[in-house]
Amino acid sequence: MANFETPELQETVEIPALKKGVMSHSRPFVSKEQFQAPLGFPGELADDWKDVAIAKLGELLKTNRALQVFMDSCVKCGACTDKCHYFLGTSDPRNMPVARQDLLRGVYRRYYTLPGKYFPKLVGATDLTEEVMDQWYSYFHQCSECRRCSVYCPYGIDTAEITMATRDIMNAVGKGQKYSNEIIGKVFKIGNNLGLPQPALEDTLLGLEEDVKDETGIDVRFPLDEKGAEVLVVTPSADFFAEPHIDGLIGYAKVFHAAGISWTLSSHASEAANFGLFIGSNENMKKIAMRIREAALDLGVKRIIFGECGHAWRVAYSYLNTLAGPFDFLDPRYPVPQHICEFTHDLIQRGVITLDKSRNDHRRVTFHDSCNVARASRMGDMPGGQFVIPREVIKAACNHFYDMAPETIGEATFCCGGGGGLLTDDLMELRVKGALPRMSALKQVVEEHEVTHMAAICAICKSQFSKVLPYYGFQMDQIISVHQLVSDAIVLDAQQ
Amino acid sequence: MFVTVLFALLFYVATAIFLVGLGMRIARYARTPAPLKIPTTPAPTTRGGVVVRMGTEVLLFNSLFKANKWIWLFGFMFHVALALVLLRHLRYFLDPVPTWVVLIQPFGMYAAFAMVIGLAGLWARRVFVERIRYISSPSDHLMLALLLGIALTGLGMTYLWHTDISAVKLFFTGLMRFELNPLPTQPLLLLHLFLVASLMVIFPFSKLLHAPGVFFSPTRNQVDNPREKRHVANVKWMIAVEKPAASADQ
Ligand code: HEM
Ligand code: SF4
Ligand code: SF4
Repeated sequence: MANFETPELQETVEIPALKKGVMSHSRPFVSKEQFQAPLGFPGELADDWKDVAIAKLGELLKTNRALQVFMDSCVKCGACTDKCHYFLGTSDPRNMPVARQDLLRGVYRRYYTLPGKYFPKLVGATDLTEEVMDQWYSYFHQCSECRRCSVYCPYGIDTAEITMATRDIMNAVGKGQKYSNEIIGKVFKIGNNLGLPQPALEDTLLGLEEDVKDETGIDVRFPLDEKGAEVLVVTPSADFFAEPHIDGLIGYAKVFHAAGISWTLSSHASEAANFGLFIGSNENMKKIAMRIREAALDLGVKRIIFGECGHAWRVAYSYLNTLAGPFDFLDPRYPVPQHICEFTHDLIQRGVITLDKSRNDHRRVTFHDSCNVARASRMGDMPGGQFVIPREVIKAACNHFYDMAPETIGEATFCCGGGGGLLTDDLMELRVKGALPRMSALKQVVEEHEVTHMAAICAICKSQFSKVLPYYGFQMDQIISVHQLVSDAIVLDAQQ
Repeated sequence: MFVTVLFALLFYVATAIFLVGLGMRIARYARTPAPLKIPTTPAPTTRGGVVVRMGTEVLLFNSLFKANKWIWLFGFMFHVALALVLLRHLRYFLDPVPTWVVLIQPFGMYAAFAMVIGLAGLWARRVFVERIRYISSPSDHLMLALLLGIALTGLGMTYLWHTDISAVKLFFTGLMRFELNPLPTQPLLLLHLFLVASLMVIFPFSKLLHAPGVFFSPTRNQVDNPREKRHVANVKWMIAVEKPAASADQ
């Protein structure tokens, strides 16, 4: 079905020559009234949409310091121009972070600055027209909000913030993106992105208990809605049945079993993902986050732990306290919330659980730092713990670990190409091309160290990679969950 | 006399626009809430750490160094030189001239050349590097032309067509006491001063706002401690939905 060419893998990251407008056709399906209404957005463009959009921009400038400062501060130094994976993969200059920002900045200057009012041409100010709105829709859906550009900008200008703001403005005038908005609707109605109702969830979990029993002979439990459990686990719903996510979930369950700590999932908060972040809607993000507080109170748990999901961890780590806190009803001895890797890492350190590395000897593993974990959160109490802890967990679970090139991991990590609300089939070309830098880095370690698997701690990364790996000549099952490695290595009672 | 009055007015107006405009902008940045914690991580976990991070950004252009060595080289050269040149100019406004201003004079002389080289390098990249040309609007070129104009007219007076410095100093120290002393009418001097006044007027309305902006950038000035300390801000969406949440506690 592909009517585009998969780019050639590269030795190192190459900066392409500009090809203007080559991705202007790329745009996701537009949302319909039925998906807009539950989020409180109009269903379609009204006659006065321009006024509404400009007013919304004004409101955001007054309520978000980042947006105001970022709109003013860019000096067009060009430091960010070669940092975006979508630019590197597509060659479209509008995918250079500053050029993407300028789509909004031009309108900002026109309506909110003196030079833009009187000398628009001089300062690159533009009237808001339908064409501009079309460009917004196209190119602000070619940003995965990965923040790589913000690492390199001398003022920390984060294009993700500008993308979120513009998507919020577009939603305010009724031009939403179907994929994200439909999913948020499902969370409100059913409780998770996949629209998996409570009975189906219960069935799935029972099935998993049987599978693990068959495989290990041990009764590892997957509890749902159990009041009085010690820990509430909130995990992306993909963990309930997508591959390789589900093997991660089995890993968490085995860790809890081995540590003897009681836990439960919640059907009310059966989703860690929070797409409110992607569409820049704080109201919706808060509403989604509140479910977690409600579930924790309802179930009477003492701790909250998040499963493997990148943007969910950003919302959890950085925002949950703000959006749904304070969490003074939980056990103060533990951070709220915790990441499953922090939890497992601590148990390994203290010798509470035992891993037999040799069980993963058939694998040679590398690790993909997911962008929201890397550049928008932390683990442990050291800056950069988000890089150390998952690697420590992997190294405790397997003998052969090799990092990809340093300029492609850690804070410099490349996005998988499918984050930020772009993980939809209508954006396949973008997703494949945006994966180019990561795929090239993977190729390097495959050649140098015969790496067989890439582990990740993000549901979106895992889904994206299973889809795009084959385009680049890899196998779709070369992407695995970090807790799948743990799952395969962990020593459970009966086997000791 | 006409020239003196004209330039006196010009500098009063330019200074007023500069100070009021910049002040209002800074007030706006300070007043606007930062509703969420968005430091680009890894980020410092303490206030002291943030001061260090900000210091390396402002004094060393740390992020830019990571991004691109050429832009860093020219940009750093230009800004350090600009700072030295500005400090050197204090001797035209302060009487007596503080010792440290005297001490940096020799550096200041070379700084002007470094400033020109830095600006020329940045401009060359803006013209010849396709990516940077693509993102430039006319104002970006004009800004470099303006700064280069200021630097070159200044250098011209230092080395080629000298002007009566003590008269210039009397003019400016006079302005600060609301007295008029005659300004030499040497064309190069007048051009230099006119360009500087233009820069002051443009400053609060242009990308030069990056200078105050960097200090207010949430991705650089926030402490990474959201789990330890609940971050709250006074914005409608945060307060509005707060009520049902509180009742869920009961
Ligand atoms: C806190 C003080 C300041 C800091 C931290 C700062 C930092 C920077 C940085 C990192 C850049 C990008 C690199 C480059 O292109 O040079 C830049 C660009 C620039 N700065 Fe500053 N700056 C400061 C003050 C100023 C002032 C006072 C002026 C002028 C009066 C100025 C004029 C410029 C110009 C014109 C550019 C763009 C250069 C180009 O076109 O490529 N800066 N600044
Ligand atoms: S946030 Fe990521 S995807 Fe968006 S412009 Fe920056 S580098 Fe590109
Ligand atoms: S690095 Fe920052 S200041 Fe430079 S062009 Fe990009 S966004 Fe603008």
